[in-house]
Amino acid sequence: MREKRIKLSPQLRTDLTGYAFLLPNFLGCLLFTFIPVLCSLVFSFTDWDYTKGLGNWNFNGLTNYIEMWTDDWFLASLKNTLVYTAAVVPVTICLALVLSVIIDKYCLAKLPICLAMLMPHLSSMVAISIVWVMMYSSFGPITQLVRWFGVEDVPKWLADYTWAMPAVILMMIWSKVGYAIMIYTSAIQGLPAELYEAADIDGASEVSKFFKLTVPFLSPTTFYLLITNIISSFQVFASIQIMTGGGPGNSTSVLVYYIYRSAFGYYKMGYASAMAWILFVMIFAVTLIQWRGQKRWVGY
Amino acid sequence: MNQKTLTAAMKQKLGRDYRWRLFFTAVMVLIALTMTVPIAWMLSASMKQAMDVTRLPIKWIPEYFYPDNYVEVWNIGGKARHDYHFGLAYFNSIKIAVICMVGAVLTSSMTGYAFAKIKFRGREAVFLFYLATMMIPSQITIIPKFVMFDALGMIGTHRTLILPGIFTITGTFLMRQCFTQIPDEIRESAKVDGAGEFRIWASVMVPMAKSSMASLAIMVFLWTWNDYLNPLVFLPNWKLQTIPLALTSFIEEAGTQYHLMMAAAASALIPMFVVFIAGQKYLIKGITSGAVKG
Repeated sequence: MREKRIKLSPQLRTDLTGYAFLLPNFLGCLLFTFIPVLCSLVFSFTDWDYTKGLGNWNFNGLTNYIEMWTDDWFLASLKNTLVYTAAVVPVTICLALVLSVIIDKYCLAKLPICLAMLMPHLSSMVAISIVWVMMYSSFGPITQLVRWFGVEDVPKWLADYTWAMPAVILMMIWSKVGYAIMIYTSAIQGLPAELYEAADIDGASEVSKFFKLTVPFLSPTTFYLLITNIISSFQVFASIQIMTGGGPGNSTSVLVYYIYRSAFGYYKMGYASAMAWILFVMIFAVTLIQWRGQKRWVGY
Repeated sequence: MNQKTLTAAMKQKLGRDYRWRLFFTAVMVLIALTMTVPIAWMLSASMKQAMDVTRLPIKWIPEYFYPDNYVEVWNIGGKARHDYHFGLAYFNSIKIAVICMVGAVLTSSMTGYAFAKIKFRGREAVFLFYLATMMIPSQITIIPKFVMFDALGMIGTHRTLILPGIFTITGTFLMRQCFTQIPDEIRESAKVDGAGEFRIWASVMVPMAKSSMASLAIMVFLWTWNDYLNPLVFLPNWKLQTIPLALTSFIEEAGTQYHLMMAAAASALIPMFVVFIAGQKYLIKGITSGAVKG
């Protein structure tokens, strides 16, 4: 055999090294994200019951997608997911915005305060959910606090049909606000100091500076937090599963919880996949808004 | 407006605001303390004896400390009598989190480097594909992943968590951002010296990206450590449980033994406390990078 020496053009060499660098991650991405998504789409058009074994399914067209709208649990889960998102996201963001501006402007020891507020975000959701179950119990601090305010008949929070959702929402705001504060405080560092000095010289009040300068300047950050928080709220699971198990009744069942139960409790893989695709479409819609809206709504 | 009057105005402002500063600091410290109440309550209850946990009014500092709860939860010196074992779960969690951490940092820094510096054809298209996969929620892939792992007989092994765990799209974006900021001249001069692309990545670029990699490592560790849905679905065998799963099994077992439950929950948060103390700088960087666009 003659000596093999393949002459590659420089561009081809670059291409090959580029793809060689990409290969491991790309394969993983393909194998554990992209292909599963397509499989999930296929499953969603079948009546697959997992107990019947792999491949033992019938395609039933859009049946799953039609039937879910008559399923009380699905409708309740969808509604609860939206209610939960509509409550958690705005409160978290507004709270974080106000707190981080005050912290940045007035507080000494900024970092320790921020870090203390960040702690819940980094904690294991399972651990803090367990702690909050205790907090809401009849001997826990929250019940004690409400009783201290003179309320005789304190609701049984997580076991109460009307109060379970607000209780979960409160807990999730608590766990999320620290992250938003962290993001805001680091964005505030980049605000143009000259404008604030000019406003000071003009004698602008703190409140008008907040609304006229800070809020508009932080709008990209707010937008980012809005999108990421909506998406993560659509995906809430662990806290629900541990704190309420979707109950009482279906008052706190959310989409991911119901998907989990349908797939791994009842082994209705087809139906669960169809619901997972509804979740995906919701997230996709929010992401589209992000891509479209970034230019339109974020402005100085 | 000249410089002198400006600084004078600023000085005056600082003086006027001084009281506000103290006031707001106090308010914020109070809020921060309120926010840490659940964690404080957990630590406090974990050090109490069973009957003292439910005793009212709440004693925030236990009358005497009772670390036996931790000994019992960790089952130190005892055999695994239940369907959970905290020591074992700790080992499992650490094993999985460390492997995922090392793997994820490695693969994302390679991919991030390729996206940032290597001008291969089709880069934009592949990157767009990455952008698109980023928004795919992990909940939608879990059913097919379960089917796939089950078909391969891998359900009930740690591979089900490790294999997907070493590929992170978010991490790729983080590393790409980091490498974009390193000037091209460094790469060019290394090339002139005759280094290949892999050499440049390994011995020039990686050392320069150390702090971003540390941030990513911390984030991946915490994600993996705190992950609940994946282990819940993939690990039915209690001997392989990770910490969050062991916690829930423990709760089912412990019933109303709140002091033990709190000790268990507190044990699950140890890595977070360690990161807070040891890796604060990288933690903050990891959290805020990518979020704030300049």
